[in-house]
Amino acid sequence: MDNKLKHVAVPSSEITSESAYFSRRDWLKTMGIASAATLLAACAPRGTGIGSGTTVSPTPGIPIPDSAPGGVSDELGDPANRFEEITNYNNYYEFTTDKEGVARLSEGFQTSPWSVEVGGLVHNPKTYAVEDLLRFEQKERVYRLRCVEAWSMVIPWQGFELGDLLQEVEPMSSAEYVAFTTLYDPGQYPGQSGPFYPWPYTEGLRLDEAYHRLTLVATGLYGQPLPNQNGAPLRLVVPWKYGFKSIKAIVKIELTEQRPETLWNTIAPGEYGFYSNVNPGVDHPRWSQASERRIGELNRRATLMFNGYSEEVASLYTGMDLSVDY
Amino acid sequence: MDPKRVKVRRKARLSWLQVVIHILGWLPLAWIIVDFLTANLTINPIQEVTQRLGRSAAYFLIASLACTPLNTLFGWREMLKRRRALGLYAFLYASLHALMFIGVDYGFSLNVLNEVLLTKPYALMGMTAFLILVPLAITSFKWFMKKMGRGWTSLHRLVYLAAVVDVAHYAWAKKGNLLTLSGDILKPLILGLLLILLLVLRIPVVRKWISGLRQRFKARGRPSPAR
Repeated sequence: MDNKLKHVAVPSSEITSESAYFSRRDWLKTMGIASAATLLAACAPRGTGIGSGTTVSPTPGIPIPDSAPGGVSDELGDPANRFEEITNYNNYYEFTTDKEGVARLSEGFQTSPWSVEVGGLVHNPKTYAVEDLLRFEQKERVYRLRCVEAWSMVIPWQGFELGDLLQEVEPMSSAEYVAFTTLYDPGQYPGQSGPFYPWPYTEGLRLDEAYHRLTLVATGLYGQPLPNQNGAPLRLVVPWKYGFKSIKAIVKIELTEQRPETLWNTIAPGEYGFYSNVNPGVDHPRWSQASERRIGELNRRATLMFNGYSEEVASLYTGMDLSVDY
Repeated sequence: MDPKRVKVRRKARLSWLQVVIHILGWLPLAWIIVDFLTANLTINPIQEVTQRLGRSAAYFLIASLACTPLNTLFGWREMLKRRRALGLYAFLYASLHALMFIGVDYGFSLNVLNEVLLTKPYALMGMTAFLILVPLAITSFKWFMKKMGRGWTSLHRLVYLAAVVDVAHYAWAKKGNLLTLSGDILKPLILGLLLILLLVLRIPVVRKWISGLRQRFKARGRPSPAR
C-alpha cells in the first residue's frame, strides 16, 4: 500500500493529504464490503454469486475497517495510538498533575456554550461561538505528538488550519505574534486553585508559525468531538514543537507586536524556551531529548529533528541559532 | 548485658511494629506485581513502575530517618531497632528503581545512558543517592557494626546526605522549580519539609531541649502523692 499520508511530506503549497486519507479509508471500506460480499457469496448456494445478479446487502455486524487497529498511521508509517491511550494519558495540570486522573476529573467540564475571542492587532476582531468555527475547512491530520517529558504518541486529529481563522480577522502589519489563553475557571479546574502556577495557561507562536499549514486548531480526534481531557472544545496542535505548546481549551487568541508571555517559559525560562521546537540536539537541562518512548512500545526511539517535520518547517528558522532560541 | 535479658529477648516473637513494617515493606512491590498482572500499570508502564519504585524508596528513607526523632519526641524506643529494616527497604526500592531506569527504560544502552547519567542533574543526583546507600546497606549487618565501632556511626551519618540528595533528585525529575516554588513541586516540597524537620530534630541543642521538655511533662503528669 503506497498510499501513505502525504500531507505532511508535501511542501507548503498543497498539503491536502486529507484526500489521500479519505480515499484510503474509502478504499479500505470498499475492500471490507467487497470481502464481506465475497464471503457471503462463498456461503451462498452455487449459482447465486455476485455474477448472477443477486444483490448482496451489507450485513449488520460486519465491522467497517476504518476503526480497525493499524488502520491509521502517520506519513512515516507508524500506527496511530489507540483512542484509549490518547484519552487516558493527559498532561492537563488545570485538572491534576496525574496523567491518568485527567479523564475522570474532566468528565463534567462545560464546553458549551463556548466562545473564542480573537482580537488584538487585527482589522476584524471577532468573538466566535465554537460552532461558527466549523465552517472553516475541516481537515484530518495524523500527527506525532512529542512531550517534553520524552514520551510520544501518534494522534489522528480533525480541525482547521489556524491560518484560515487568522486570514478572516486580518492581522495588521504590526502583528508579529499570536498569543493564546486557556479558560480561567477554578470552579471547573481544581488545579487552578493551587499556588504554584501563574494561571491561566498561556502560549504563543510567531505569526509565520501560526500561519504554517501544519498548525492546526483541533476540534476532534479519531472522528469524534474532542474529548474534554484532550482540550475540548478546541486546542492548538503544533506538531513540530513540544506538546506543552499545543494549548488546550482556548478562550482567547490575540495578535501582538511583543512576544507574549507563556506559562512554562515564565516558570522556568532556562528550560522551556519560547520556540520549544522538538530538537534532539539541543540539550534540555532536565531531561535528555535525544530519545523518546512511543507510548505502547518497549524500546526508546531516537527523537527526530522538528519531530520529523523538518522538510516542512525548517525554513521558518533559517539563520537562527536554535541552541540560543530553543 | 544481663544474660537473663538476652534469653528473654531471644524468646520474644516479632513485635506488632515489626509485622507492620515488613508488610508495608513488601506492599509496594506486591502492588506493582498485581497491577502488572491485571494490566493496571497505566499506558506508560515502564515510567509508572520506575516512579512508583522511586517514591517507595524515598518514603522508606524518610521513615528510617523518623525513628530517632520519634524516640526523642515520644520516647518510642522500639523505633530505634527498626531503623535498619526501614533503611534496607529503602535500599531495596532504590535498587529496583535504578535497575528499572538503566535496564528497562534505557535497555542498558550505555551510549544513551552516558549522556543522561553524566549531564542531567536529576539522574546524577539519583545515582549519587543510590551509590551512598550501597555501602550503608552492605555494612548494615551487626558484624560490621561491631567490627567498625565508631567508624560505623560516622559512615551511617551519610544517610542524611543521601536523603537530601534524594529529595533534590525527586524535585529535579519533576516539571517545576523547587527554589521559586513553581510548577509540579508539591510532593517533593512536602518530602523536603519533612526531611528538614527530621534533621532539625537531631541538632543536639534541639534534641536536649525536647528531652528536657519531655522530662518535665512526664514529671507533671505523674499523680502527686498528696492525692
